[in-house]
Amino acid sequence: MRIEGKGRVDRLAPVRFRFDGVEYRGFEGDTLASALLANGVRLVGRSFKYHRPRGVMTAGSEEPNALVEVIDGRQQTPNVRATVQEIYEGLEAKSQNRWPSLKYDVLAVNDLASRFLTAGFYYKTFMWPRKFWERIYEPLIRRAAGLGSLSGRHDEAEYEKAFAFCDLLVIGAGPAGLMAALQAARAGADVILADEAAQMGGRLLADSAEIDGKPAQDWVAEVLAELEAAPNVRLMRRTTVTGAYDGGTFGALERVGLHLAARPDLPRECFWRIVAGQAVLAAGAQERMIAFEGNDRPGIMTASSLRTYLNQYGVAAGKRVTIFANNDDARQTARDLMAAGVTVVAIIDARPDASVAEDCPVYTGAEVIGTTGRHGLTGITFRYHGGEVQLATDCLGVSGGWNPLVHLTCHMNGRPQWDGALAAFVPQAGAVPGLHVAGAAAGVFSLGHCLAHGAEVAAAALAVLGHKVAPIAVPQADEAGYDIMPVWEVKGSRRAWLDFANDVTTKDVRQAAQEGFASVEHMKRYTTQGMAPDQGKNSNIGALAVLADATGRGIAQTGVTTYRPPFSPVSIAAIGAGGRAEGFAPQRFMTSHSASVERGAPMIEAGLWYRPSYFPRPGEVTWRQACDREVAMVRSAVGVCDVSTLGKIDIQGRDAARFLDLVYTNVFSTLPIGRVRYGLMLRADGHVLDDGTTARLAENHYVMTTTTAAAGLVMRHLEFVAQAYCAGWEVRFISVTEQWAQFAVAGPMAKTLIDTLTQADLPFMGCALVQLGDVTARLFRISFSGEQGYEIAVPARYGEALFRDLLARAETLGGGPYGMEALNVLRIEKGFITHSEIHGRITAFDIGMAKMISAKKDCIGKGAALRPGLLEGREQLVGLRPVNDAMISAGAHLFAPGAEVKRENDQGYVTSVCYSPTLGGYLGLAFLQDGRARHGEMVRLVDHLRGIDLLCEVSDPVFYDKEGGLLRG
Amino acid sequence: MRYSGLKVITQGLFGNKGWGPVWRDPAPKGEYDAIIIGGGGHGLSTAYYLAKNHGLTNIAVLEKGYIGSGNVGRNTTIVRANYFLPGNSEFYSHSLKLWEGLEAELNYNVMHSQRGLINLFHSDGQRDAFVRRGNAMINQGDDAILLDREGVRQHLPYLDFEQTRFPIYGGLLHPRGGTARHDAVAWGYARGADQRGVDLIQNCEVTGIDIEGGRVVGVQTTRGSIRARKVGMVVAGRSGQVAAMAGMRLPIESHVLQAFVTEGLKPCIDHVVSFGMGHFYISQSDKGGLVFGGDIDFYASYASRGNLPMVEHVMEAGMTLMPMIGRAKVLRSWGGIMDMTPDGSPIIDKTPVDGLFIDAGWNYGGFKAVPASGWCMAHLMATGESHAVARRFRLDRFKTGHLLDEEGTGSQHNLH
Amino acid sequence: MRITCPLCGPRDRREFYYYGSEDYLTQPALGDFDAIDAHLHLRDNLAGEVRDLWYHEMGCAAWLLVTRNTVTHKISDVVQVAGGGVGILAKMKPEEGAL
Repeated sequence: MRIEGKGRVDRLAPVRFRFDGVEYRGFEGDTLASALLANGVRLVGRSFKYHRPRGVMTAGSEEPNALVEVIDGRQQTPNVRATVQEIYEGLEAKSQNRWPSLKYDVLAVNDLASRFLTAGFYYKTFMWPRKFWERIYEPLIRRAAGLGSLSGRHDEAEYEKAFAFCDLLVIGAGPAGLMAALQAARAGADVILADEAAQMGGRLLADSAEIDGKPAQDWVAEVLAELEAAPNVRLMRRTTVTGAYDGGTFGALERVGLHLAARPDLPRECFWRIVAGQAVLAAGAQERMIAFEGNDRPGIMTASSLRTYLNQYGVAAGKRVTIFANNDDARQTARDLMAAGVTVVAIIDARPDASVAEDCPVYTGAEVIGTTGRHGLTGITFRYHGGEVQLATDCLGVSGGWNPLVHLTCHMNGRPQWDGALAAFVPQAGAVPGLHVAGAAAGVFSLGHCLAHGAEVAAAALAVLGHKVAPIAVPQADEAGYDIMPVWEVKGSRRAWLDFANDVTTKDVRQAAQEGFASVEHMKRYTTQGMAPDQGKNSNIGALAVLADATGRGIAQTGVTTYRPPFSPVSIAAIGAGGRAEGFAPQRFMTSHSASVERGAPMIEAGLWYRPSYFPRPGEVTWRQACDREVAMVRSAVGVCDVSTLGKIDIQGRDAARFLDLVYTNVFSTLPIGRVRYGLMLRADGHVLDDGTTARLAENHYVMTTTTAAAGLVMRHLEFVAQAYCAGWEVRFISVTEQWAQFAVAGPMAKTLIDTLTQADLPFMGCALVQLGDVTARLFRISFSGEQGYEIAVPARYGEALFRDLLARAETLGGGPYGMEALNVLRIEKGFITHSEIHGRITAFDIGMAKMISAKKDCIGKGAALRPGLLEGREQLVGLRPVNDAMISAGAHLFAPGAEVKRENDQGYVTSVCYSPTLGGYLGLAFLQDGRARHGEMVRLVDHLRGIDLLCEVSDPVFYDKEGGLLRG
Repeated sequence: MRYSGLKVITQGLFGNKGWGPVWRDPAPKGEYDAIIIGGGGHGLSTAYYLAKNHGLTNIAVLEKGYIGSGNVGRNTTIVRANYFLPGNSEFYSHSLKLWEGLEAELNYNVMHSQRGLINLFHSDGQRDAFVRRGNAMINQGDDAILLDREGVRQHLPYLDFEQTRFPIYGGLLHPRGGTARHDAVAWGYARGADQRGVDLIQNCEVTGIDIEGGRVVGVQTTRGSIRARKVGMVVAGRSGQVAAMAGMRLPIESHVLQAFVTEGLKPCIDHVVSFGMGHFYISQSDKGGLVFGGDIDFYASYASRGNLPMVEHVMEAGMTLMPMIGRAKVLRSWGGIMDMTPDGSPIIDKTPVDGLFIDAGWNYGGFKAVPASGWCMAHLMATGESHAVARRFRLDRFKTGHLLDEEGTGSQHNLH
Repeated sequence: MRITCPLCGPRDRREFYYYGSEDYLTQPALGDFDAIDAHLHLRDNLAGEVRDLWYHEMGCAAWLLVTRNTVTHKISDVVQVAGGGVGILAKMKPEEGAL
């Protein structure tokens, strides 16, 4: 029901929206909850377990009941708090966790069986017959559980992430937060003020308080005007600070477009990483419920939320309102309602000595013991002077006291402390370095004291940063104390709710204690209290108080469960912004990329790089046809392949040679200038880290190549070895992977091709600088194909031109480009290894390169490589050829012929296979126990997954040109 | 008390007044035949199998907090037997078999749900590595099915098959893989151990290990000294600190692993999905929350909390792989302390101190190991000999080079 | 988490690569398997202040020795590994160290 003359909504701006298919009207500035209440809609949801009817209970992000799905087009957002969602023209929302309709929900039958569905019932049953769990029980439970639904479609909307830095972050823009921001602003600090709500002011917008003798809202407007105008202040509205992390870093979620109809130019949300020199937590406090029988009916709300709906939205949540409280604060709700012309039927105050001076009946020392109304409250029963009184009422405002919002102070394992006078937990000082707590969040409850505290705490925080702070004047406001008598539950024989969303009652908590789940963590886990979307904000303190009572311990001794980030739930899309589609990882492209794509080459991922798989020709239907042709082309003419993805590290200095001797197993100091050597590098633990070639360009100048996969690893390794172990050595290195484009030219016509470019008569494993026009290139005579081969490197800006030029020259010789598939076949034919073989568990001994570990010197990893477990009983690299040239597969395991195929008899596995057009059959590389001694023997290859089981002949891993005459020739 | 559907109904009819404590709350005795330090999943299952398989009932489990307060109650609940190195293969296979009979064994519904685990691969090389793994699983007697891209699509139609940074080539389906209700595993073993006479002593922190002449004779605790000739250290996450009480330095570094759960949602993910390229794995609990995680935070820590870089990385991985989860909201994040070993595999072994045993180094794979770890640790403590399926989990294997490095990343604690 | 690189100033943790304990700085002798075991594997693994190796991989490529508390994550000192390095403590105001 809308109250004329109240609220901050814009009565001149009506907004139409739909809930469960029915159109309603609200005003700009309404939340979905305020607009529904204004329209008299009380039933908005169903609870998790018993599917009980539920209505709006609060006016903030802590709402446990009014969770809805917001629909936009084919997409929908589940579990949206109606109390936070602002309405906009065309907003469409629907209730969730009900079927077929909100009013008639079939699973409400669970409520009738509730006595069998108490805490932990599922641990004790659903065990027989065994097969029924997955087939029957679990699917039923899964379908009944859950709240809202995802659409199942990709979320294509925009989300953003951003960093922000400031001197002082103020969290919460209520009285304490505004004063803190004002103090900091005037001290010249760089300030960010973040607040969850659409409008700043916190409870000052919802209360009828006065500051300096004028309405508090006017004071808020003045302060905000000053802050808006200050160049050193950033105001972040609709921004929830969600977590406190190390180093003064805070996570924060800004709702950028959620209050507007879909706008393609706006992200829905932005997740901020705010790095603050210091921070002030002024998050305020949250009112809590009292557990009594039937306290979950629609129409039963927190007393302060009634005040918020009235003063901020101009909405009376009921026509005949009753208040049930244990503290003074709720009186203001009654007074505000009466002043607005709403009937307050009674105030039921649990405190025997409370004042009765109000303009409505006040029952002191009384407590509510029952309620009526299936889909909305119709009446209550309360106990008074030993008797029971019934009242007709459609709205009950409950106040069990206030809990300071200490959550962020606990994100680094801080524990809040029990304050008996406030009957609440207050923050532990210094629990998060640099985070200072002000106002109600610190247990300071009067408005006057909050204002002073905010300024004072901000000044203290700024002093830490070295700011000179002149204290600002604190305005005058009410400094009345907070009088409370703890009331956690009204004991009765029927169900009294603690956790409204997860349907946890006081009985569940007591049963948990009775069964030995007496630790607060056990109780939480056994009953599921606190695991619903409200994260226990409405139930944690009440539940532990009931547990304390049930176990005979005090509340302080019982303690709280751990508050963990986020403060309120955050969408995966917001924190994962930017990760969608290709955004997940960087994409690296070679200079030849366009030229390869033009030729129709499918580009495949190689780490972060994209490389051409093969270059199809007209008439070729399968990749194999192209691959076989390219292999034959390289073996018979000449092929060109971009190998720029290989890591290239430029190493210079007087000690460069000595340094290479330390990181490589073999010796590089003896390498003549103008020559290239293959090197093997070990990890500190003795396994093979990487292999590649290193060229000596000058006395103190080397260029190392690494595999594509290990380029970063090797760079990190070299830096470590140099900085940690080589103090005083003159050696420096830098990655030049992206500075040089490099192309392999391979095949019997390779030299012919190179001769058309430059005059360089290089020996095998020679290198030289050559001129290509005005460009100085590096030419290496190395081969990864087994053919006569060169690699030619030019500064990357000339890469594409050179690639196209090399292809044109190759094509005149009957050659052309080749891709990754052919490259792989060529290297398997030749028995060259890649990271398929050196997969991290492999030693030099395993791959037959033990002799490459120089006996004359030490090197990184040599000592560890000599451990007995790395020398005995190892699988060794071999070649495999299947009988009858049938297909074999990588990943297959090897067994002795005749042995039973089981783990105990496993003798090895296949790492790489290919069809070799050169040799006319399949080839494999494999690791086989005692493999080098078994050349010529047969082994059984079994790939269960692909249905392959056949015999192979074991051989040397080099299948093609064993003597190496071709690549030298 | 034996649990059953009938019991739930009769108790319900009489106000649930008859449920007794699930375990006793005994005061520690002065001496036991054996002491287990650590009342987590592994310690409780060790106690259970010591009593059940070996008839050793005069034993105590000493827990510094509450039963199950460590990682057994803070994990992503995945149960699988998809290892490929001999040593791991037979151990996890044995564990899965125990899982399959656990409800009947414990008379407690741990909600073991074999909904199938799919490991995705994104290149030919990764496929070959998974084929090697799948074949090893079958050779061990477990199950594995190779799915191509279309096969994955049939199981997981909601993945992004069109735009993702690392296109899905296929997946390895482990049909017997799945999840379980983590707390229930601790509680079920605790209840079973208690029923067999084991003293479960909570809020009892071990502060010293008493050694005389090279053999263990007891422990010092916050509740007094307790004598025992056999002591098992089963305190993954805190292994280094407890072992230091016996003068040992372990091949273990403690790291924090974060995990996440969303608000409850209607069923949308039926399997356990593992996305290796993003180090992301996800399943949906029976209550409807999406339970997911990623890699460790990559720095030594005892803080049981993490930082944003890994949080963001995990969410980004989720968004590239299955953008349909974008609007699910993360309800809670948490961090567990992991015993990281240099090869990523655990330790179940004797120590240089006679009578002192260690079960440690579970990295971030300890949950699925709970049944077999207890089974093998109990065997070791009772007989003095390693169980056949745990004989490679030796404490000295790093020094000797007999490594069990499933990931192939080498002797670096933070890389497994 | 933020680390103050002695060369670059305070930077987000994601610019750095973590290696592990300062034990990696020892160079075990060939054949000394106990020393190799201590270098590669055995760790004090303290719950408290430790000195760990970090690499400013996305920055200046300096290897750093970071004194950090593994319980609170508080960083109290950062020095360069190379040449014994210069620390940041002298350059910091006392309270910056608290963050």
